[in-house]
Amino acid sequence: MTWIPEAASNLAGKVDGVLLVITLISIFFFVLISALLIYFAVKYRRRREDEETPYITGSEPLEILWTVIPSILLILLFVYGFVVYKEMRTPPKDSVDITVTGKQWLWTFDYYNGKKTLNELYVRQNIPVRMIMRADDVLHSFFIPAFRVKQDLLPGRYTQLWFTPTKIGTYDIFCAEYCGTGHSAMLGKVVVLSPEAYDIWEKGIGVDDGAAVASLPPAELGEKIYKEKGCNACHSIDGSIVIGPSFKGLYGRTGVLEDGSSYTADENYIMRSILEPQEEMVQGFQPVMPSFKGILSEDDITAVIAYMKTLK
Amino acid sequence: MANHTIATNVYVSFLDKKGFLSWFLTTDHKRIGILYLISISLFFLIAGTIALLMRFELLTPASDFVSPHTYNVLFTLHGSLMVFFFIVPGLAASFGNFLIPLMIGAPDVSFPKLNLASYWIYLLGTIIMLFALLQPADTGWTFYTPYSANTDADVILITLGVFVLGFSSILTGLNFIVTIHKMRAPGMTWHRLPLFIWASYATAILQLLATPVVGITLLLLIAERSLGVGFFDPAKGGDPVLFQNFFWFYSHPAVYIMIIPAMGVISEIIPVFSRKPIFGYKAIAYSSLGIAFISFLVWAHHMFTSGISEVAATIFSFLTFLVAIPTAIKVFNWIATLYKGSIELHSAMLYALGFIFLFTIGGLTGVFLGALAADIHLHDTYFIVAHMHYVMIGGTVMGFFGALHFWYPKWFGKMFNESVAKLAWFLIFVGFNVTFFPQFFLGVQGMPRRYATYPEEFQSLMSLSTYGSWILGLGILIMTVNLLKGLFSGEKAPQNPYGSLSLEWQVPSPPPLENFEEIPHVTDWSYGYGKKKEVDA
Amino acid sequence: MEESHGHIHHMDPEVEYSSSKLGMWLFLGTEIMLFGGLFAAYAIFRAKYPEMFLESHQELNREMGAINTCILIFSSLTMAIAVTAIQKGKRKMAGLFILVTIICGLGFGVVKYFEYSAKFAHHIYPDTNIFFSLYFMMTGLHMIHVFIGLVVLGVIMVLTFKGKFNEKYSTPVEMGGLYWHLVDLIWIYLFPLLYLVG
Repeated sequence: MTWIPEAASNLAGKVDGVLLVITLISIFFFVLISALLIYFAVKYRRRREDEETPYITGSEPLEILWTVIPSILLILLFVYGFVVYKEMRTPPKDSVDITVTGKQWLWTFDYYNGKKTLNELYVRQNIPVRMIMRADDVLHSFFIPAFRVKQDLLPGRYTQLWFTPTKIGTYDIFCAEYCGTGHSAMLGKVVVLSPEAYDIWEKGIGVDDGAAVASLPPAELGEKIYKEKGCNACHSIDGSIVIGPSFKGLYGRTGVLEDGSSYTADENYIMRSILEPQEEMVQGFQPVMPSFKGILSEDDITAVIAYMKTLK
Repeated sequence: MANHTIATNVYVSFLDKKGFLSWFLTTDHKRIGILYLISISLFFLIAGTIALLMRFELLTPASDFVSPHTYNVLFTLHGSLMVFFFIVPGLAASFGNFLIPLMIGAPDVSFPKLNLASYWIYLLGTIIMLFALLQPADTGWTFYTPYSANTDADVILITLGVFVLGFSSILTGLNFIVTIHKMRAPGMTWHRLPLFIWASYATAILQLLATPVVGITLLLLIAERSLGVGFFDPAKGGDPVLFQNFFWFYSHPAVYIMIIPAMGVISEIIPVFSRKPIFGYKAIAYSSLGIAFISFLVWAHHMFTSGISEVAATIFSFLTFLVAIPTAIKVFNWIATLYKGSIELHSAMLYALGFIFLFTIGGLTGVFLGALAADIHLHDTYFIVAHMHYVMIGGTVMGFFGALHFWYPKWFGKMFNESVAKLAWFLIFVGFNVTFFPQFFLGVQGMPRRYATYPEEFQSLMSLSTYGSWILGLGILIMTVNLLKGLFSGEKAPQNPYGSLSLEWQVPSPPPLENFEEIPHVTDWSYGYGKKKEVDA
Repeated sequence: MEESHGHIHHMDPEVEYSSSKLGMWLFLGTEIMLFGGLFAAYAIFRAKYPEMFLESHQELNREMGAINTCILIFSSLTMAIAVTAIQKGKRKMAGLFILVTIICGLGFGVVKYFEYSAKFAHHIYPDTNIFFSLYFMMTGLHMIHVFIGLVVLGVIMVLTFKGKFNEKYSTPVEMGGLYWHLVDLIWIYLFPLLYLVG
């Protein structure tokens, strides 16, 4: 276990510097105060009922001392925090733009190169990225602990943040602003790629869909998609209803739609539900699911259906 | 302070009269204080139980005990009940009512009937709240828009309950300010006032000026849901961040409504059990007012990542650092009071020392959150949860428990079992730290708050926190049983068991119906412990 | 601040009077904070949407607003006369002027009723736009204060006619008066802000 996540962006080290300085000052004052507290409580504990105590009501020099010293320290900390903050808020001119949309409970990323991903953000090592952010419904907050960046997403207004990823790897994205039932499932990953790997990804060959992934049996690929593309935020696999219907026993089920007609959850119905989720709503559910058109390929959908079939 | 001989043959305790109506229609500040004490304690126990359920769910990463929606409802109820029904009225309404007239040498508050009306309004708020439980909200206690304006759960009733409570809070504050201005006994000058009174005064100012703003904010939220008004709805040209501005304009001062009375309690307990005058009386008294004033200017430090401008963030960060100064002054003054004292580690004193210890942690971790760059990383993580609980439990609740143990003999005329009280204190102190200290690390590692499920990497610390909550819960249970048992089978309390000089200890325990046989003439402050040097005398 | 001397009790009329007065002023302070929230919202949205405010406010009926302003200012005057009268012990005169104040308040309500119905007839509701949200919330909240004022003044009037107050004890009349002046004062701000934009 580490104290703090690996510092994987240019800003992380600077934020950690602020955290470290405040931690050291805090430990100093905490140790000072608790040592005095315990020392006095032990040394001056009441031994006899009629002990005499001095009549001390204050000391101006002392009071000035412990007003002025913390004040100076606090102002220095303010300045330090501000200087780093200023840098965190000022993206460099040569950054690339990626648009983030937060929607209950998914992240959608639109890239400068026309690509679009869901819950997975691909960035190139050592290239500054500016995230242009917007919420579709309620407040969300885009938080990458390893990069030490966080910014709320608002409906009806753009906000932004920036970072330069410095270490190749995969890191967590959390939604940090409470956004409803699926808040804790609104997770994503940021994948920092080497320039070469990024070029491969950019050319359209999914990094995931490399030889290893492509050779997965469909049901296993479906399970991977289920976990990585955010299906699990709303669809359980154990039969419980979170937001949408559980995948368990979904394939082949029959029931009644919102408009009273009946449906059978065959391959075609499931595909339509993934691409046009609002069109054929089953009674009792809210029309909140986004379309996965352009995000999941037909092969992907086939794999998801194969996965569903395993959940009896 | 002058000693008063009370003619014992006419002594009638304020507790003597029996019957439901004698309580329900009472205008006696001491009885109204008890009514508040019972009500807020009930809410504390209910909301505390909810917290235990939440921690139980968080023992494992998956949602295996309650569903995510139920978890969201639980933390909303825990927060709303704790904040609005327990801790905001809290010490101010219960001990404030009991102590203010006794400490300043008055027969009652200025407007006794209004005082009773305030309690009824509080009751009305709680009844609305109970109805709100039928379809409980899942918005979090902060009711952030647009989620609160759109969720299917019922938000109107719970906000209406809070709105009604606001009136109770305002009227109580008003009553206390007028009482402190107009009802002080002859000789009780401003600079002789016990520090609890100064704290209550600062709190009352906050209640008066801040509560109406949350009132109008919640009213607008209700209008948003019922009339389709769109101040906070971007689709209608409104601004969701405006809600946050309005909400924190109240709720930040409200943090000080919660903590300042507890600071007042600590300033009373420490001199008595150290047998020393309070160190730096004026600094403590005026820092209460200073905190109250600055607290109106720091609300946006809750919003550094909300999308406010950099200039605004910078100004609010600076002001936030300012509010740390009067708080630090108080801590140093309390420590200095211990110096060369004759210290008795009574359970009330243990709570007071526990307060200093935990509140220092709460205050210092607040510095992290005031610093802009650090806050960006820590905001809305478990670091906030831990910081807030160190201030609210480590501060206010420790102060509340300290006050309960300190004034218990005076209020109820009975003694509790001191050894059991110390054991309970120990469990609470240890349990609290085991519950909340790991949460600082969780926050630094990035664990967001309000998560019904969480990644497995956080499990060991999350489980530790849950184990701690069991120790904490056990401690509070033992304390509650011990205090309740004392009511029925405790020894009779003497008038002044700790040798305090404050006025409330110069009347019998429990105090007589009219408080003072004769309005006292005050000749000195209430902290005149210790031996004055010849030159001073 | 140091009025408390000698063997006082909380029934001491002098202390009771000054306490009530302090309490009332504090209460008025909270009222200002309550409306302050709405005024702040007004300022923010007017800065954001100046055209909408200019355009929408033309839907409001300036004449009716002006009439209501005159009615309220006049009622404040009659209330002040009532307070002066009771302090001189003239109970009947005080009661009559409170009655006039109440009638003015009712008149204000009637005019407002016509204004609101005209808006509804034009399909203007609180959710029409931000300006009308503000208009209905601000005037609505003010209207609630007028109604509360009317009930309070009604009770005070009955008690005045019953002879409960005199030159020595007139605290409730004065407090009722203070409250009514506040209701009037808030309207004096609302009128130009809502009816006379630009």
